[in-house]
Amino acid sequence: MRIVAVTAGLTRPSSTRLLADRLAAAVAGRLEGAEVEVVELRELATEIAHAFVTGFPGRTLREALDAVASADGLIAVTPIFTASYSGLFKSFFDVLDPDALAGKPVLIAATGGTARHSLALEHALRPMFSYLRAIVVPTAVYAASEDWGTEDGLSERTDRAAEELAALVRDRKPASEPAFVPFAERLAALADE
Amino acid sequence: MKMQFGIFTVGDVTTDPTTGTTPSEHERVKAMVAIALKAEEVGLDVFATGEHHNPPFVPSSPTTLLGYIAARTSRLVLSTSTTLITTNDPVKIAEDYAMLQHLADGRVDLMMGRGNTGPVYPWFGQDIRDGIPLAIENYALLHRLWREDVVDWKGRFRTPLQGFTSTPRPLDGLPPFVWHGSIRSPEIAEQAAYYGDGFFANNIFWPKEHFQRLIDLYRQRYAHYGHGTPEQAIVGLGGQVFMRARSQDAVREFRPYFDNAPVYGHGPSLEEFTAETPLTVGSPQQVIERTLSFRDTFGDYQRQLFLLDHAGLPLKTVLEQLDILGEEVVPVLRKEFAVGRPAEVPETPAHGRPTLEVSS
Repeated sequence: MRIVAVTAGLTRPSSTRLLADRLAAAVAGRLEGAEVEVVELRELATEIAHAFVTGFPGRTLREALDAVASADGLIAVTPIFTASYSGLFKSFFDVLDPDALAGKPVLIAATGGTARHSLALEHALRPMFSYLRAIVVPTAVYAASEDWGTEDGLSERTDRAAEELAALVRDRKPASEPAFVPFAERLAALADE
Repeated sequence: MKMQFGIFTVGDVTTDPTTGTTPSEHERVKAMVAIALKAEEVGLDVFATGEHHNPPFVPSSPTTLLGYIAARTSRLVLSTSTTLITTNDPVKIAEDYAMLQHLADGRVDLMMGRGNTGPVYPWFGQDIRDGIPLAIENYALLHRLWREDVVDWKGRFRTPLQGFTSTPRPLDGLPPFVWHGSIRSPEIAEQAAYYGDGFFANNIFWPKEHFQRLIDLYRQRYAHYGHGTPEQAIVGLGGQVFMRARSQDAVREFRPYFDNAPVYGHGPSLEEFTAETPLTVGSPQQVIERTLSFRDTFGDYQRQLFLLDHAGLPLKTVLEQLDILGEEVVPVLRKEFAVGRPAEVPETPAHGRPTLEVSS
């Protein structure tokens, strides 16, 4: 079982990365034998930009996209910029195959300087993942700067979200390959209409 | 068994980034002719033209261009890259290319493609959402029009035909060989396999692993439909090269064209792009080695086309590239590709050298 955490934090160290790590640890702790892989979008920023220009992902980006597509569960964490996910975060999911997340359990999370932006998770991230036909867990985790200094709230939400994701991953059936349609059937389908 | 080598052109009018000069449409059309004539002169086998219906591209009427070239050549096979099977009326394709076949004494084949320009669909009364069904239905009709003298037909996308005969009939009753080109659709690889037609992977802007999956699927399905073994399927590949005697000269001269190219300019560096895709910029020897390596990835194949005349390269430079290709590269490739090529791997079917017609 493999959990992939995608983080769009830009600084080092990054609170976005920290949140991703804490969520990943909380999820992995609930799934026996789970492996965790973290995808740092900062390291892929140039390749993501190139993929827009050339139409294909470079080697490192391809590995990251494959890791996400083949994960049993996804944790997606972005800083909130200008009232929404960061451009880098969106760009990564723009170059991902639009079917790659279909039916996949996803935990969404975000960081920001103030708690006033927390609903960006509901207004921006959740609809984006719904569009990609992912199954987004009900609890989204937002960490404002002030949350890192208190014991209550953040760790409780982290545990609740992790439990929700772990439950979905445990029950998940392996995705089936899309059916290959033999040519004769395509021809016949046209004739029938 | 002989492999074929040639060139394919997109027919773009692009400003030369080193001089700021932009050819007129007239100059570009004439340059395409000059390039085709040069291809025959230096001993290449195939010239293929794209079909586009929007600026900055000029070749909207491929059979006019190819007919003119046919009259001025004697050996060159004339082809397309690609003919839009989605937006052209299949009846008109049947007529135009049969006519070209007669004029060119059979030196004609063509490559079907869906095109990747969304707005072109409404210009020809079609809907892009029907892209794949259009490609399937239109080709099914075209296939019949070239093989049946009188056709009764009814479909989804055009008016029915009753007792229709497409004229002229294909030369000697032999339809031109057809390739299907695709960048990403397994459906098209499956279509090519179903009919026992050729499959062409443009192989220029994407990493080879991507095309390897499509070609493997095509070979396997070609065998499934009983046309031969997977190794006998008819595969064509694109390639993109720029050569000078010394590789550092090639890189220096090509870099401004690469950096400003409409397709990939302002993106990755030339070095990154040549590492990731089949683009080769260097000495003739480097081009030979890179091209020979395609066989390791895709198996023995039938046709290799190179893209030489794009991104604003001046005609003079393109003609020099053709000299190098014809004199230093292709003769070595012919020899090397022949080594170890199994006898049962066929040539590209050509007029008077048809592949087996197997009905499915």
